[in-house]
Amino acid sequence: MQDILSISQELSRGLFVTISILIASSLFAYLMGFISGLLRLSKHTVIRKFTGLYIELFRGTSLIVQLFWLYYAIPMLFGINLGSNWIIGVIAIGLNYGAYLSEVVRGSVEAVDDGQTEAAIALNLSSFQKMRYIILPQAVRMMLPEFGNYTIQMLKGTALVSLISLNDILYYGNILRSSNLSQAPLIYLVILIFYFVLALPLIFLTRKAEDISKKGVAN
Amino acid sequence: MTKPIVEYKDVHKSFGDVEVLKGIDLDIFPAEKIAVIGPSGSGKTTIIRMLMTLEEPTDGDIIVDGKNLWKMDKHGKMVEADEKHLREIRGDIGMVFQHFNLFPHMTILENCMTAPIHVKGEKKKEVKKRSIDMLERVGLGDKINNYPSQLSGGQKQRVAMARALVMRPKIMLFDEVTSALDPELVGEVLEVIRDIAKNDDMAMVLVTHEMDFALDVADKVLFLDDGVIAEQGSASDVIEHSENPRVQEFLSRFRS
Ligand SMILES: Nc1ncnc2c1ncn2[C@@H]1O[C@H](COP(=O)(O)OP(=O)(O)OP(=O)(O)O)[C@@H](O)[C@H]1O
Ligand SMILES: [Mg+2]
Repeated sequence: MQDILSISQELSRGLFVTISILIASSLFAYLMGFISGLLRLSKHTVIRKFTGLYIELFRGTSLIVQLFWLYYAIPMLFGINLGSNWIIGVIAIGLNYGAYLSEVVRGSVEAVDDGQTEAAIALNLSSFQKMRYIILPQAVRMMLPEFGNYTIQMLKGTALVSLISLNDILYYGNILRSSNLSQAPLIYLVILIFYFVLALPLIFLTRKAEDISKKGVAN
Repeated sequence: MTKPIVEYKDVHKSFGDVEVLKGIDLDIFPAEKIAVIGPSGSGKTTIIRMLMTLEEPTDGDIIVDGKNLWKMDKHGKMVEADEKHLREIRGDIGMVFQHFNLFPHMTILENCMTAPIHVKGEKKKEVKKRSIDMLERVGLGDKINNYPSQLSGGQKQRVAMARALVMRPKIMLFDEVTSALDPELVGEVLEVIRDIAKNDDMAMVLVTHEMDFALDVADKVLFLDDGVIAEQGSASDVIEHSENPRVQEFLSRFRS
C-alpha cells in the first residue's frame, strides 16, 4: 500500500503533460478533421487529391514514425525548428488523428440523406447555408461517437511522447522502474490504472454521444 | 391574354444514354392548377425537378417569369447558369416531396422559419407569426414545438407544405405527396392541398395518382407517356373522355 502511494505520487508528476498534450492534440485533430474532411468534399479535383494525399500519408504510416520524423528527421533535413518537444508531440498526434477524423467527417456529411439537400435547394438556401444549417448539424450528431472513440485512442497515443523525452505519466513510470526493477509489475499496474481513470470520463461522454446520435435531435 | 409564368421549350433530359424526356413544351399560367399523370418511369418527377433546379435539362429552355432558368447572359454569350443565377429565380418556386424531407434536428416551427430568415432576411418576429399561422392553417397549431420524428406521415407532409408556403412561392410543385402515406392519412393531406388550390393564387403543378383529386382541383391535366406529353386538356377531357388508348389503358388501372 505504501508502495502504491509513492508510485502514484511519482507518476502524477506526469499528469500535467499527459493531459495537456491530450487536450491540445485533440483540439488540433478535431480542427484538422473538419478542415480536411470538408476539403475532401470540394468540387475542385486538385483540392480533393491534395487532401487525400495528407489523409492517406498519415493513416498509412505509424504515429511513432511520424513522431520521430518531426522530432529527428525534419529538423536535420530542413533545418527547421518545430518548437518544443511538447509542440512536436501535439502536432504529430493531431495530424495523425486528424487524418482519421477527416474520414469520419466526410463520411458523416455524405451520410446525410440527399432529400435534405434537395429540401434545402427547394427552400432556396445557398450552398453555404445548406451546409451550415441543414447538413452539418445532422452530420455532427453522427460524428460524435466516433470523435469520442478517437479521443480515447488519442489518450493512449499520448504515451508515445515519452519517447521524445517528454515527462508524461509513462516517462516517470519508466524512470521509477529503472531504479527499482523488482517493482516493475506494480509500477505498470498503477500506470494502467492511471490511464484507465483518465479514460473514464471520455468513455462516459462517448456513451452520451451515442445516445444523442441515435436520437438524431438534441433536446 | 395573360403571359405564362413558366414556359418549357422543347426540353429534353437524358440520364446517361437514356433519354427520359423527349421534347417537352408546356406553358404554366399564373394561378393555374396542373395535374400530371402517367405511368411509372414516364418522366413526371423529372419534369418538375428541372423546374426546382434539382436536375439540369440536357437540351431546351425553361423560362420562368421571362428569365431563362438554366442559362445566363455572360458578356453577350449564353452560358450555363451559376448558383447565384439559379437562386435569383428559384425563389419563386416551392416544392413538396414524396418523402417529406423535413429537417429532423429542428422543431416543426424551426423547419418553417429557417428559410425566410436566412434566405429572405426577414425579421424573426414576423416570420414566426406567419409560420404559426401557416401551421394552424394545415391543422398543426398545437404541434409547433414538436420534432418531425414525433409526427405521423400525414402530419409531416402538412408541415412540409407549411414550410414551402411561408416562402410565398408563385409556383408550387407537388411530387406524389401522398404516395408514401398510409391510406387512412391520404385524405387529410389532400384536404390541405385542396384548400390551398381553392384559396391561393399560386400556380400549382401536381404529380399525382389520385384521379378523383385531379378531377376536382386541376384546371388542366397532362398525360405523360414515355417522355412526351401524349395528351393534355381539361381534367374532364383527359380523365373522363379521352379516346387515346394509352390513356384509357393507364386509367383502367385505377378503376376497380
Ligand atoms: N438520377 C437518375 N439517374 C438515372 N436515371 C434516372 C434518374 N432519375 C430518373 N431516372 C430515370 O428516368 C426515368 C423517368 O423518371 P421519373 O422519376 O421522372 O419518372 P416518374 O414518371 O416520376 O415515375 P414514378 O411514377 O415511378 O415516380 C425513369 O426511367 C428513371 O429510372
Ligand atoms: Mg415520380
